[in-house]
Amino acid sequence: MRKSSVPGRKNSAYLFLAPAASILLLVLMVPIFNTLRLSFFEWTMRALTEPPTFVGFRNFRELFGSANFQESIRVTITFSLSVVAIELLLGTVLALLLEGEFKGMRLFRTLFVLPIMIAPVVVGIMWRFMYHPSYGKINYFLGFIGLGPYGWLSNPDLALRSVIIADIWQWTPFVFLLVLAGLQGVPKDVMEAATVDGTNYFQTLLYIKLPFISAVLGITAVLRLIDSFRSLVVIYNMTGGGPGVSTEIMSIHLFKTAFTSQRLGLASAVAVILLLLIAVFASVFIRNSLKEERR
Amino acid sequence: MTFQTRRRISMSVKYVMIILWSALVLFPIYEMVSTSLKLPVDAFKLPPDWIFWPTLVNYREVLFESNFLRFFTNSVLVAVISTTVSVGFGAFAAYSLARWNFGGKKTAIAGILLLRMIPEVILAVPVFTMFNRIGFIDSGRTGLILVYIALNLPFNIWVLRTFIMELPYELEESAIIDGCTDVRVFTSIVLPLIGPGLAVASIFTFRIAWNEFILSLVLTNRFTRTLPVAVSLFLTDTGTEWGKITAIATVIALPAFIFTFAAAKSIIMGLTAGAVKG
Repeated sequence: MRKSSVPGRKNSAYLFLAPAASILLLVLMVPIFNTLRLSFFEWTMRALTEPPTFVGFRNFRELFGSANFQESIRVTITFSLSVVAIELLLGTVLALLLEGEFKGMRLFRTLFVLPIMIAPVVVGIMWRFMYHPSYGKINYFLGFIGLGPYGWLSNPDLALRSVIIADIWQWTPFVFLLVLAGLQGVPKDVMEAATVDGTNYFQTLLYIKLPFISAVLGITAVLRLIDSFRSLVVIYNMTGGGPGVSTEIMSIHLFKTAFTSQRLGLASAVAVILLLLIAVFASVFIRNSLKEERR
Repeated sequence: MTFQTRRRISMSVKYVMIILWSALVLFPIYEMVSTSLKLPVDAFKLPPDWIFWPTLVNYREVLFESNFLRFFTNSVLVAVISTTVSVGFGAFAAYSLARWNFGGKKTAIAGILLLRMIPEVILAVPVFTMFNRIGFIDSGRTGLILVYIALNLPFNIWVLRTFIMELPYELEESAIIDGCTDVRVFTSIVLPLIGPGLAVASIFTFRIAWNEFILSLVLTNRFTRTLPVAVSLFLTDTGTEWGKITAIATVIALPAFIFTFAAAKSIIMGLTAGAVKG
């Protein structure tokens, strides 16, 4: 590590940092600060040229009194917890079943990267087509076993489940790849010792593998939880948050408050609540990363 | 049961799972691509023609009847410029954070990790009002490019820093003793050695800039729009033109296909960065 106190040398640390730092400051940090500030103001899209009016905590009071916002909290919790739980379970089970090198594994892992790389807009379009009530292939296949047709995206009772399925399709591979990477870190000698001692599959799973990957699982859960707020693009292109508000997760509610209802102050209040949630989850992740730093 | 038969059974279970799951992963993608290659009359036929003559008619229509080329050019420009700048500035900052100790370094690192978590939608309102005030939204693509540079910097700095920290310091040290400036040391010694890191950073930045929807929707007009916004507007305007929609969607997904098959290893490295000890 180069120290700033090396004699005769100028410290260039800040010089190297400056371009990135100034962009981060201007385009991320100042806007985030403005969001915090704006959440205490009333400002509409129609009167952008006029200065915002200070209203104290009125936006937050309005939010918590609003049935739509309460519903969007409920939808967010259902959506985020469902996708994280199911993806974690499915991804872990698949990783445990498929760990180890064998023929075809490389191609398989490659295929699994695909859904993660495809644009959320495209994922939304793909699934909207799959769910189409008359030409969608899901209803077509279900027809063979005498089920349906269902209005996957038009039935308010089904729509949230349908967008959850699309998210599971896109992000289970992410959990799978992370858990697989975590499993590769299980020390070989420990596994060998266990085999010599005659432990069976479930014993090694319960007492060696799962404890070993528990840290990875925790981090993966936090990352997925934070990223599930980003699923708005897929949902927006599948249902637009509807029917009614049945798939309107908080990030969609924020977007609609700002650009449909055109109330920028109120939307900023939603953003602040979202930021607080993220900060809570992110602090877990950051503490872990900084711990790695110290080692 | 002998060891051999047990092994054989476990292998067959593995392959059944793989085939099943690959089918589930690939089917929606297949549906999109195959619909884009069918005539509209054939696209909705049930039972579907599993074997068919592909036609490029949807692609031709998209190319000539809409502003596709304009939006495609916008997308390419925005993605290429923001990737170059974001990875470049990211590498500079990463070098600083990897090789020097300075006041506020801990805070900077924690800040970078925190900024990486910010969802795009949070920025929609404040960035829109800021860019609207200074006229960025009507003037072109600068605003969108700036946002994408910023959004990707935290990840790029983080990934490139780990790559730099793994380099032996002796190389740089001897260059410094020989009188190289810090910038020279960085450009001619460090940069060439972190090629794989630069690849990871570039792929992930390109992915965000090429795929991003919500900020592009807010920060562009009908001239500066990128492909994801263009295809989404198709969806609401003409809900039944699935041929054209899937054609544009396939074009948007093309870089994803290419990156996945050309650089799956780099992508997996990037996905696991920070979550799994590498």
